[in-house]
Amino acid sequence: MAYVAIADRDAPIHDPHTFIEKYIWSQDHKVIAIQYSIVAIFVGLVALVLSGLMRLQLGFPDSFHFVDPNQYYQFITMHGMIMVIYLLTALFLGGFGNFLIPLMCGSRDMVFPYMNMLSFWVYLLAVIVLLASFFVQGGPTGAGWTLYPPQAVLPGTPGAGLGIILMLVSLGIFIVAFTMGGLNYVTTVLQARCRGMTLMRMPLSVWGIFVATILGLLAFPALFVSAIMMTLDGTLGTSFFMPALSSMGQAPEHDGGSPLLFQHLFWFFGHPEVYIVALPAFGIVSDLLATHARKNIFGYRMMVWAILAIGGLSFVVWAHHMYVSGMNPYFGFFFATTTLIIAVPTAIKVYNWVLTLWKGDIHLTVPMLFAIGFIFTFVHGGLTGLFLGNVTVDLPLSDTYFVVGHFHMVMGVSPVLVVFGAIYHWYPKLTGRMWDDRLGRIHFWLTFLGTYAIYLPMHYLGILGVPRRYYALGETEFLPQSVHTVNAAITIAALVVAASVVIFLYNMIVSLWRGEKSPPNPWKATTLEWQTPDTPAKHGNWGPRLPEVHRWAYDYSVPGAPDDFIPQNVPVDSRYATGTGHHG
Amino acid sequence: MSNTAIVVALLVGIAVWFAVASRLTAKPWENREQKGDVGVLHMSPQRIGLWVFMAVVTSLFALFLTAYSMRMHHSIGWCHLTIPNILWVNTAILLAASVALQLAANAVSGGRRDATRTALVAAGTLSIGFLAGQVLAWRAVGPSLYFVQGSPAIAFFYVLTIVHGLHLLGGLAVLGRASLRFAGGAELVDLRQSLSLCATYWHFLLLVWLAVFGVLLFL
Amino acid sequence: MAIAVVLVLLVIGSLIFHFASPWWFTPIASNWSTMDDTVILTFWVTGVVFIAVNLFLAWVVWKYRHRKGHKAKYDPENKKLEWWLTIVTSIGVAAMLAPGLFVWGKFVNVPEDAAIVEVVGQQWHWNFRFPGDDGEFGHSDATLITPENPFGLDPDDPRGSDDVLVASPELRLPVDQPVKVLLRSKDVLHNFTVTQFRVKMDLVPGMITHMWLTPTVPGSYEILCEELCGMGHFAMRGRVVVTPREEFETWLAALPTFGATQALAAADPAAGAGLYAVCTACHGASGEGNPALNAPRLAGQQAWYIRRQLDAFRDGRRGAKEGDVYGAQMRAFAAMVQDDTSARNLAAHLEGLAAPQPQATVAGDVDRGRRLYANCANCHGHQGEGIWALNAPRLAHMSDWYLVRQLQNFQHGVRGTDAGDYYGWQMATFADALKDERSINDVVAYINTLDPEPVRTARKD
Repeated sequence: MAYVAIADRDAPIHDPHTFIEKYIWSQDHKVIAIQYSIVAIFVGLVALVLSGLMRLQLGFPDSFHFVDPNQYYQFITMHGMIMVIYLLTALFLGGFGNFLIPLMCGSRDMVFPYMNMLSFWVYLLAVIVLLASFFVQGGPTGAGWTLYPPQAVLPGTPGAGLGIILMLVSLGIFIVAFTMGGLNYVTTVLQARCRGMTLMRMPLSVWGIFVATILGLLAFPALFVSAIMMTLDGTLGTSFFMPALSSMGQAPEHDGGSPLLFQHLFWFFGHPEVYIVALPAFGIVSDLLATHARKNIFGYRMMVWAILAIGGLSFVVWAHHMYVSGMNPYFGFFFATTTLIIAVPTAIKVYNWVLTLWKGDIHLTVPMLFAIGFIFTFVHGGLTGLFLGNVTVDLPLSDTYFVVGHFHMVMGVSPVLVVFGAIYHWYPKLTGRMWDDRLGRIHFWLTFLGTYAIYLPMHYLGILGVPRRYYALGETEFLPQSVHTVNAAITIAALVVAASVVIFLYNMIVSLWRGEKSPPNPWKATTLEWQTPDTPAKHGNWGPRLPEVHRWAYDYSVPGAPDDFIPQNVPVDSRYATGTGHHG
Repeated sequence: MSNTAIVVALLVGIAVWFAVASRLTAKPWENREQKGDVGVLHMSPQRIGLWVFMAVVTSLFALFLTAYSMRMHHSIGWCHLTIPNILWVNTAILLAASVALQLAANAVSGGRRDATRTALVAAGTLSIGFLAGQVLAWRAVGPSLYFVQGSPAIAFFYVLTIVHGLHLLGGLAVLGRASLRFAGGAELVDLRQSLSLCATYWHFLLLVWLAVFGVLLFL
Repeated sequence: MAIAVVLVLLVIGSLIFHFASPWWFTPIASNWSTMDDTVILTFWVTGVVFIAVNLFLAWVVWKYRHRKGHKAKYDPENKKLEWWLTIVTSIGVAAMLAPGLFVWGKFVNVPEDAAIVEVVGQQWHWNFRFPGDDGEFGHSDATLITPENPFGLDPDDPRGSDDVLVASPELRLPVDQPVKVLLRSKDVLHNFTVTQFRVKMDLVPGMITHMWLTPTVPGSYEILCEELCGMGHFAMRGRVVVTPREEFETWLAALPTFGATQALAAADPAAGAGLYAVCTACHGASGEGNPALNAPRLAGQQAWYIRRQLDAFRDGRRGAKEGDVYGAQMRAFAAMVQDDTSARNLAAHLEGLAAPQPQATVAGDVDRGRRLYANCANCHGHQGEGIWALNAPRLAHMSDWYLVRQLQNFQHGVRGTDAGDYYGWQMATFADALKDERSINDVVAYINTLDPEPVRTARKD
């Protein structure tokens, strides 16, 4: 086996000496993970502030002067795009993926460390280009995060000049960065696992990140293609997406293009994107639940198959975002069916999470609270997805606040709860310190209850017919005064949630110095990242010898074993061998 | 869009086949010691990386070609591209480049330094020749921005050939690095993998080009 | 522990919210009550799952919470349980999907006897077209759109000349008549939504999309745009009035056909000059306006806008509101303009008048004004030149004190509140974004720096 070399090599693959090599131009996956996370969280805070400004306008349209209509549309656009792409995608894959894959698979590093480093710097460039659009003539684009042409490149939409071009360029750069990172994650999982680590022994976190990366690699090209074509439409005057039209009484030179083509391409990327964010969250939350309930994950094989099934199906459901787009209405039959089929593996995952807790020994630590909170919000968001996936039910609800409530529950709150839980969970390994438990709990309760208070009412506003993407509702006859009241209440809840983020950041930063020293394996977890010789793990992760894996990732509370967990790298002991006498 | 769905379904299918082949039905909690093989792919990371990358590029071009076909069927006044004859010549050149690079890879494996040199020079020259030929093709198709604006077929032709050409340029950079090492007297054994990967990539780009050319010709 | 209790409370709270909240479907006014049924069915199925899963979760968290000496059960999988759950879930999903697809089958098949009507969307207005006596629409093309042919109909298509044009955002439909709604956009994506009808569909430039429905309840319903279409998206409103058939026929018969609009003689500015003699007492000989008499400048204002305002004054959509002293004055004078031809001639004369730029009377922060004006520019043009396609009049080189007063009127409900004054309503919506006096002064101060002439000349070419 000439090529198992990477996993077998006992020395680190590269050897940093200077400060700069260690922390700036670092090729160490852990440093890159931190770099990715910090930038992603920073840009996410920008998006959070934007949403706060938007909420002030919506909740108190007569009292605040922050936002005019142009800015409002610029803010919703930037908020959406940043949260989905530059925060969640980058954090789950660039941040958690980078940190967890080599540690959980027992490798010294990613297989292409140099490319991994480039991936981060290119990502940073994408962020800078994106933020630069705030400072150019006309400001950032206000076309909505879906960037639909023709309005994205026509007057009447803020940022239709430079703003939209910078956005498209930034997305292109991001995709290049993602591809470089993604090649690493996939290849590392396929090729650099340590001895004994079969695919079916991998923790579900790795499975989720792995499949999400594959989805990203295959789906991002669709965004790339549409970005290139729209850039040409906007700058050179080609007509890929631009039909003949009359804009502001003038007729531009376009002819024959298809706006629907863009929507197909966009959602061919856009729907898998939902799972690019969701699958890592699924995987990570599985590990949080198992670890803190001291119990093996229930139905591990079904969980893996469900991840694969969801990943595969996510490519044949895209047009459920387009039921009212004017596409051939007969497509509705096909896409409604595929969309509802995807509910089955997703539901199985939910059942298995709950059944993992069942008969467990549940430690209600902060990560566990976030994981339980995730189950609740994800059930809510998943179930409302069944409304919108079913073409007939979608018709009255599409483009209303029901949609806003749904996707924020399923794609905003749920993954973010996992992000918080995961950060609390791995913080001790990352820094060697513990955080303040009391602040962690306050953060959880404010976030969990606050977000539900924001999004639950939105669904009902949507049923009433409140349209989304409205700067102001004005005097709409069918909307009672109570709508304005609840909008104000939602805004207050949103401000509370935003304030809780400050508590979180304070806790994370102050604990770097003031936190108690953490033991190497504070949660008594089985997975490899907790078994490193040093905490925080040093460069090369494993000291002189690579670990060797002898069991799956979920040997918690094995009958007969002295402890309630057996790390993956502990050899099999015949006195309490498992695998017999269980239903299978 | 359905074409792309099929391509992606194929790629996903490959992934599923891989999954089955890697015994994803095993019950991992049953503590049977794994005998040596853990399902790690027996390929160098570079080779795996290349295959993954080629999957990404396949998706990219499948989407471009799908967009081409959808855009074509969308508008009534679609005006087909007049295929310049030079594209046939370019296709032949790229085919030759691909063959030359395979010969180079074979020669390196066989330890034949002179044959390697000849094949490398041929492959490099032919590849650059292909790119030059593409530039000539652009000039034949529509020499100014006016044509690009007026005809989506021409605009697509530009975009497809430029994106394809950029991928070839990327390959040339890698090949150039390997050639420099060769010229600098590196051991042939050390060049084996590099040239073999280049050959794979060239075959792939040839296939992509044939697909693009075929769609331009027949769709 | 707290989390288990909170989960139970959240489930109960959600249920209470569901049944007690005042926000539910608007009363339905179309044949699509089956859509409401599918929504309610989905609520039942998902509601049961929501309650079951979360209560079970809460129970599990409480029952298996960590206690000293407690140990978890080692339980890798349970094939039978998992299969059962899969099957039950699949049945639930099918129970929601099948009725949905059944109703969708009705939606995709438009009934044979459906009448047709065309909805034309543009930034940020609705217009409509009926096919006329021949029952067929004439060909339309976005490149044919001009101020004289705002619908972009093909004058050479004989089917088009009897098409009935509704050049206002109010549509009427006869009750109980199935109607196929053809949707067309002049510029960007829009979405035609009448919440009470339930169905909605995008308008896509370059395509004609459609949907169908039968209005079942007479009444007046708002049209909203529900596809983001630029800065004015939220202010793109219209109205559908469902009436008994006779009323509808009367309304339709009074509307102009495309042929009639094309046959109108060109306006005669010379005749307008004669009519204008009466107005000079206040507005000045060359239409320069007179602040002392509260008469704004008219010279150079676009003809279509002057005509529309004269109409509004004449029929009381403007100037009749209590508190609008100057508007009431103008109503009396506007009544002296006898007919449409006179109004057209008068407006043409005023558009052609040249007067020196009026003295600035408003001071404000020009830089801040520039930032705020970025919003206004979307309709009124970057140089305040006015854009007919957006129904937005010229602002630059007009009387600045008058602009301030009108913005105040819009904000305070003095102007733009009449049900028939759609454009005024829209401007009132935008004026609200200016929030305070200071912003109004800043914007107007910036407008004073603009020069519309080059743009106007360019647009005429």
